[in-house]
Amino acid sequence: MTGANGSKKVMLAVEHLRAYYVMRYFGTQREVRAVDDISLEVGRNEIYGLAGESSSGKTTFVKTIAAAIRPPLTVVGGSIRYSFLDRDIYRLDRAALSSIRWRHLSYIPQGSMNVLNPVRRVRESFNDFALPHMGLPKQQFSNAVIAHLERLQLKPSVLDAYPHELSGGMRQRVAIALATVCRPDFIIADEPTTALDVVVQKSVLELIREAQREIGSSMIFVTHDMAVHANISDRLGIMYAGRLVEEAPTAEVFRNPKHPYTQHLIASLPRIGDNSPRTALTGAPPSMADPPSGCRFHPRCPLAMDICRELAPEMIAADPHHRVACHAVNPVVRPGGEQMFAKNLGQRSGLVQ
Amino acid sequence: MRTYALYFVSRLAQFVLVVFIGINVAYLITHLTPIDPVEQAISSVTMFGQSSPEMVEVMRKALRELYGLEGSAPQQYVTFWKRLATGDFGPSLSAFPTPVSTLIWQALPWTVGLLVCSTLIAWMVGNFLGGLAGYYRRNILLKALGIVAMSLQPIPYYIVAFILLIVFGFLWPVLPISGGAEMNIDRQGFAFAASIIQHSILPALSLVLVGMGAWFIGMRSLVSNIVTEDYVTYAELGGVDRRRILFSYVMRNALSPQVTGLALSLGAIFNGAIITEVVFGYPGLGTLLVRAVNAGDYSLVLGITSVSIIAVAAAILVIDIIYPLLDPRVVQG
Amino acid sequence: MLKIVRDLFRYNREFALGTILILVVFGFAVASFFSPYPPLDSYVVPPDVPPSWAYPFGTNSRGQDVFWQLTLAIRNSLLFGLSVALMSRILSLLIGLVAGYAGGVVDRVLMTINDTFVVIPLFPILVLFFFMMHDQMSWPLLAIAMASLGWPYDARLIRSVALSLRTREFTAMSVFSGMSARQILVEEHLPYVLPIVFSTTLNNMNWSIGLEVTLSVIGFTNIETPTIGTMIYWANQHTAMVAGVWWWIVFPVALVIMAFLGLYLLSVSMNEYIDPRSRLMRMDSKV
Repeated sequence: MTGANGSKKVMLAVEHLRAYYVMRYFGTQREVRAVDDISLEVGRNEIYGLAGESSSGKTTFVKTIAAAIRPPLTVVGGSIRYSFLDRDIYRLDRAALSSIRWRHLSYIPQGSMNVLNPVRRVRESFNDFALPHMGLPKQQFSNAVIAHLERLQLKPSVLDAYPHELSGGMRQRVAIALATVCRPDFIIADEPTTALDVVVQKSVLELIREAQREIGSSMIFVTHDMAVHANISDRLGIMYAGRLVEEAPTAEVFRNPKHPYTQHLIASLPRIGDNSPRTALTGAPPSMADPPSGCRFHPRCPLAMDICRELAPEMIAADPHHRVACHAVNPVVRPGGEQMFAKNLGQRSGLVQ
Repeated sequence: MRTYALYFVSRLAQFVLVVFIGINVAYLITHLTPIDPVEQAISSVTMFGQSSPEMVEVMRKALRELYGLEGSAPQQYVTFWKRLATGDFGPSLSAFPTPVSTLIWQALPWTVGLLVCSTLIAWMVGNFLGGLAGYYRRNILLKALGIVAMSLQPIPYYIVAFILLIVFGFLWPVLPISGGAEMNIDRQGFAFAASIIQHSILPALSLVLVGMGAWFIGMRSLVSNIVTEDYVTYAELGGVDRRRILFSYVMRNALSPQVTGLALSLGAIFNGAIITEVVFGYPGLGTLLVRAVNAGDYSLVLGITSVSIIAVAAAILVIDIIYPLLDPRVVQG
Repeated sequence: MLKIVRDLFRYNREFALGTILILVVFGFAVASFFSPYPPLDSYVVPPDVPPSWAYPFGTNSRGQDVFWQLTLAIRNSLLFGLSVALMSRILSLLIGLVAGYAGGVVDRVLMTINDTFVVIPLFPILVLFFFMMHDQMSWPLLAIAMASLGWPYDARLIRSVALSLRTREFTAMSVFSGMSARQILVEEHLPYVLPIVFSTTLNNMNWSIGLEVTLSVIGFTNIETPTIGTMIYWANQHTAMVAGVWWWIVFPVALVIMAFLGLYLLSVSMNEYIDPRSRLMRMDSKV
């Protein structure tokens, strides 16, 4: 796969990642393919947005690339390479993994989560998370934390509060400060603004953007909210049922969506002055325990063809910065002149000799 | 500070309520049952010898007054509470004329000592090991310990104490199985203290064994729920030191419900302690209670029951007061 | 239903072991109906005979066959536990469901009273009760006394389930469709709390049998009815251990421990089956 933004340095390269929930209970085994064959790259200084409806596997994907999974979720295949690591993140031992956390790789959690220990003051959380990774004497560390909080326009007095004494928005700001205080190279933000009301959401977004610019780190930003993506993401990947279906610079996705699912997603956004009715997709998102064959979108797709039922489309770069996984978008002309489907897929399935 | 005062007042109210309801249950039992304790005492006295009807009448009147059973029902009720408030349970019939309160005061330190020590040991050790077992779920040793705890936990205190009595009384007699201390020892000094400890080992062991099993299992299941909490997952994600996660994040948060659990189960633990005392003839409230029942000593039985209720309620109040130190959230709620 | 039991038996070790233990104990209880001796008579067999083919558990100093005595004793103990558990279920269900459904002030008042009863030391109170009743003490009376004191812990459990049901949509639906509170509680909520009622029944049986044994052993019950407790009481009265008649004590103790363990394991596996959280935990411990 060629880097979508080849000129920039690649910070994260994910290739053919598959992560399944494997469950055995009372003698029966079930598999839920939450992340199925995803490849993407994130460049330096870039905010990569990840969109898709709930349970499309976004959160599972970022948990997996953060090496923060526990059974029953298991990595079944693929690789995850960060530029600051000399090997796949799943080949690190526990000590090595915890030494890169926060220093190089940090995580802004979902806004709805209670990520701060309820019986510890905020200051102690900063000590637990950041002190071992900063390698500073305690006094200097404390000054650094206060300076960081001030840069993010937070009062140092929050350090003496217990989490339950802070409002939801405030807690989320503290979590962002906590995730960025070590100036990490790479930040994973998983729905950081979802649980917040719109006003707070805006200022928290600005805070994230601000922190990211100031540190100069790369980021994967997950949310189902396309409006938020329009505001913050440089590039956008669309997920559907555990797969990436489209990826392009954010403006391009909004201007020229190619995948029928993305088209629908964009078309359903409200626009000022446009009162035409929005058409809803028929059907429901598929069960990932028993996903549809071929392209997982085909049961709801207006353009579905026979081939869509049989073969899963691969992500193909339609133009250098725009990748789409759709048979309708990527018809490849075979030497025989027959326009059917992507050549490489045909070969793999043995349909094209 | 104001919120703490509010919290304190609510806990104090709970204390008053426990004492009030508990004592009323005791009062109802003594007054609603068809048996008249005065007649019972008289019949047990007159059983052994001739007494003139006048003598019996004098005795009946004296006992009625002694037991606070004179006058109308409301009057009796008021007398009852008045006596309780002043700590006056009247003289003991079986150890006449020693006041019941004196007997209780002599027995109470033994019970409190045994109860506090064994409860603290059981609670701390059980929670610590249970916490480890919940966090390191694959550890074989901790798994085995879990099975031991599971098989001890449902067995009542009496049976465990009884088995220890059999083992250390008949099969392997290395420990004293009766009494609180050696009789013919100077009541001060090291030898006496050593004897007290020696005598308390078996009663305390039975309490610790049963109690520890319960705390172990409770803590283990609490911890295995807490490890999936957001703040633990996030701390793991943040590369926080593993031991710090175990103690300050996991166990620390599991401790709050276990303290509540301790307060809630104090009544049951108290039951266990006095039962164990009976098995080992330990000179506390339990042994005194059984002796009082067998001697038909109404004031003493009622006195011990009342003191038990007050003591348990007071112990819970103490736990409630220090609870906010452990979990800053309780004061708010 | 049958499939659930079969699956539980196959994949849940606690359930399997608990079932086996309870079946053994239950087998003993049933055997009491085939006893060759009148249960209350003494000196029907030679006293103090150690376990042998003729008397598998030996005979006691009162000339009774320990095996057959034990079958009757365990039957009575189980029956006692069951009646206390069933009676106290009525109270804990009533209070738990009402508190959970009503919420607010009613809930707070009921739970305050509830918590008070949880912490009151019951043993001295039951002893006081025995002291007042003395010769008129009987098993039904003790069962009623214990049932009226043994409900609060489980009432709290049931209330917490009921509380979570209250906020579910089907409750609101029932209210809108004009069902009365009584109807909602009985027809809609009761089925949801029944599994937990069942597991608390097992726990409560453990509690009441244990307390009965304790009271009996000290002699604070009607000692003429054979139960596990009174069996140990009589053995102690005849200083069985000192006299070397160990079988008089060891077999009843062993059997009652089997009963405690069996009931406990069954309730644990029931809870696990009910609680999805612990089910999830099992899943990840197996992968």
